[in-house]
Amino acid sequence: MNNDNKIIVKVRNLKKYFPESGANLFGKPNYVKAVDDVSFDIYEQETLGLVGETGCGKTTVGRTMLYLYQPTAGKILFNDVDLSSLGERELRFIRSKMQMIFQDPYASLNPRMTVGSIVGAPLHVHTNQSRKEKKDRVQELLDMVGLNPDFVNRYPHEFSGGQRQRIGIARALALNPDFVVCDEPISSLDVSIQAQVVNLLEELQKRLGLTYLFIAHDLSMVRHISNRMAVMYLGKIVELADRDEIFLNSLHPYTQALMSAVPVPDPDFADQKERIILDGDIPNPINPPRGCNFNTRCPIAEDICFQEEPLYKEVKDKHWAACHFVE
Amino acid sequence: MKPLLEINNLETRFYTQDGVVKAVNGVSYAIEAGEILGVVGESGCGKSVHALSMMQLIPDPPGKITGGEVWLDGKDLLKLDENQMQKIRGGEIAMIFQDPMTSLNPVYTIGFQITEALLLHNDMTKKEAWDRAGRLLELVGIPGAEERLHDYPHQFSGGMRQRAMIAMGLSCEPKLLIADEPTTALDVTIQAQIIDLVIKLQDELGMAIMWITHDLGVVAELAQTINVMYAGLIIERGKIHNIYKETKHPYTMGLLGSLPRLDDLPGTELISIPGLPPDLLHLPEGCPFAARCVYRVDQCLTQRPGLEEVDGKDHAVACWRWDEIAGNG
Repeated sequence: MNNDNKIIVKVRNLKKYFPESGANLFGKPNYVKAVDDVSFDIYEQETLGLVGETGCGKTTVGRTMLYLYQPTAGKILFNDVDLSSLGERELRFIRSKMQMIFQDPYASLNPRMTVGSIVGAPLHVHTNQSRKEKKDRVQELLDMVGLNPDFVNRYPHEFSGGQRQRIGIARALALNPDFVVCDEPISSLDVSIQAQVVNLLEELQKRLGLTYLFIAHDLSMVRHISNRMAVMYLGKIVELADRDEIFLNSLHPYTQALMSAVPVPDPDFADQKERIILDGDIPNPINPPRGCNFNTRCPIAEDICFQEEPLYKEVKDKHWAACHFVE
Repeated sequence: MKPLLEINNLETRFYTQDGVVKAVNGVSYAIEAGEILGVVGESGCGKSVHALSMMQLIPDPPGKITGGEVWLDGKDLLKLDENQMQKIRGGEIAMIFQDPMTSLNPVYTIGFQITEALLLHNDMTKKEAWDRAGRLLELVGIPGAEERLHDYPHQFSGGMRQRAMIAMGLSCEPKLLIADEPTTALDVTIQAQIIDLVIKLQDELGMAIMWITHDLGVVAELAQTINVMYAGLIIERGKIHNIYKETKHPYTMGLLGSLPRLDDLPGTELISIPGLPPDLLHLPEGCPFAARCVYRVDQCLTQRPGLEEVDGKDHAVACWRWDEIAGNG
């Protein structure tokens, strides 16, 4: 893929606030700012990796992009169509082109439905295919994800975690989507099975020309699968660049610390690598720090970081970052 | 020198409705004083169960330790009764677990929970125990330690809870600290903090550590020796360099191959291991990895290989063909 490709999804100033239960002193609800002013593009047939720690808002970005959550503010354009301008019906139609693969293959498959009816459900909702057509399509899909097509009458509990994730992938692909949000699709799987699923996702992307948003916290796996990577911290994107650029020449101090914290399965490398250990924990997103929201843990923070929020800007060609000290 | 702890032929079974689950199938090795041992394997390979068996913490029924010995200071731990065992747990051997929220009691303060262990194992007053608890929390890097003793677990973040668990584990100066996936529930930057802390503490206090994990990256940063487990057996064991650089067992090779490397090019395919781990209810007679192994020969299906020393020392592998395979790889 190259960056001359067409932009398939545009996200502009996206915000998603969740009201907290209970109210503050003045009778108004507190808001968790899960996603706070995020903008980026996804090009056709690329994989954009979205990484960050627990609670940074990466899953909320994925879900809001599919309008599974109504955004608090901001726009999402899919093939230049503004999703907020669509009614329920049109939204449903366009959703057949945008699908999702979920994290937990145990919770995301209905235990009382057979594999055939799980994978066939999108066909049932969105198409008028006959029984025969649906059955053929389901078998084709199972074959495509490496499952035996004769398994259509089995139930999810008869499958292992990796196989269930394949069922989830088959369901997501049933309607020939263009864009798939993969929300931590491998984090509940064992190492040797993770590689199987990642290889499958890559092969399907090549074969069907899919575009992925790949959300995960396992940085080395995201680096493996992505063309570009975005790093989130407390509801904001702090850096976005090509995958090698972000690994080798990261500019934001949070990205640098995150990259250095990734355990490397090579003792020689582990010995010589210099680790940046961040102090403290991630602040509460209800009450993020003033100024740059990383200032409580940042090793290079100065006065300006506690007063002004840094702009998210293109600092180099195709390399975006939000930090006062990045030139 | 005599090793700190010696395990011989440990075997654990679970008797369930569906049949007998062979969770640990004859594990033998020794831990030296002050050594950091990494135990690596995927879900269900017996890495946690073998550690719990050592401590007699297997719920019985359905579990049962059906064979083996665990020697510590001339005592076989598996022959001790519950009273004697309680003195060992938290005393000479301490354990920390994966999820610090479920292993701390939510209705007692952190201070109460740390002093509980101190009072049980030492002859000290409540005041002395409280002071020591404060110093322990300080040692594990919790700011304002004295004050935080009055906090309840929910007032601590995930990383701080794991620090408190470590403080509790260290409270009676154990000779061996068993850490069962202590960083799996934590974020990478917090994980880096905890690994850093454990390395520092081990340096200062000199206890041996058994670090159980599924993450080959984490143990590469801290362990000296590694046991790779599969289907309740150690299939490869050696010094860290041998395991990562002179890998002998096809399963270990597969595990390392399925991890993305930092220098791979776009479009490189990961080398995944085909198939699934064996069902422990119906463990095959021969090598448990045979069904997934590309180097399989007939012998692998009928005879189970034992751990065999690789030339030189500190490296052992359970494979019939390690000699030939290593030549190709």
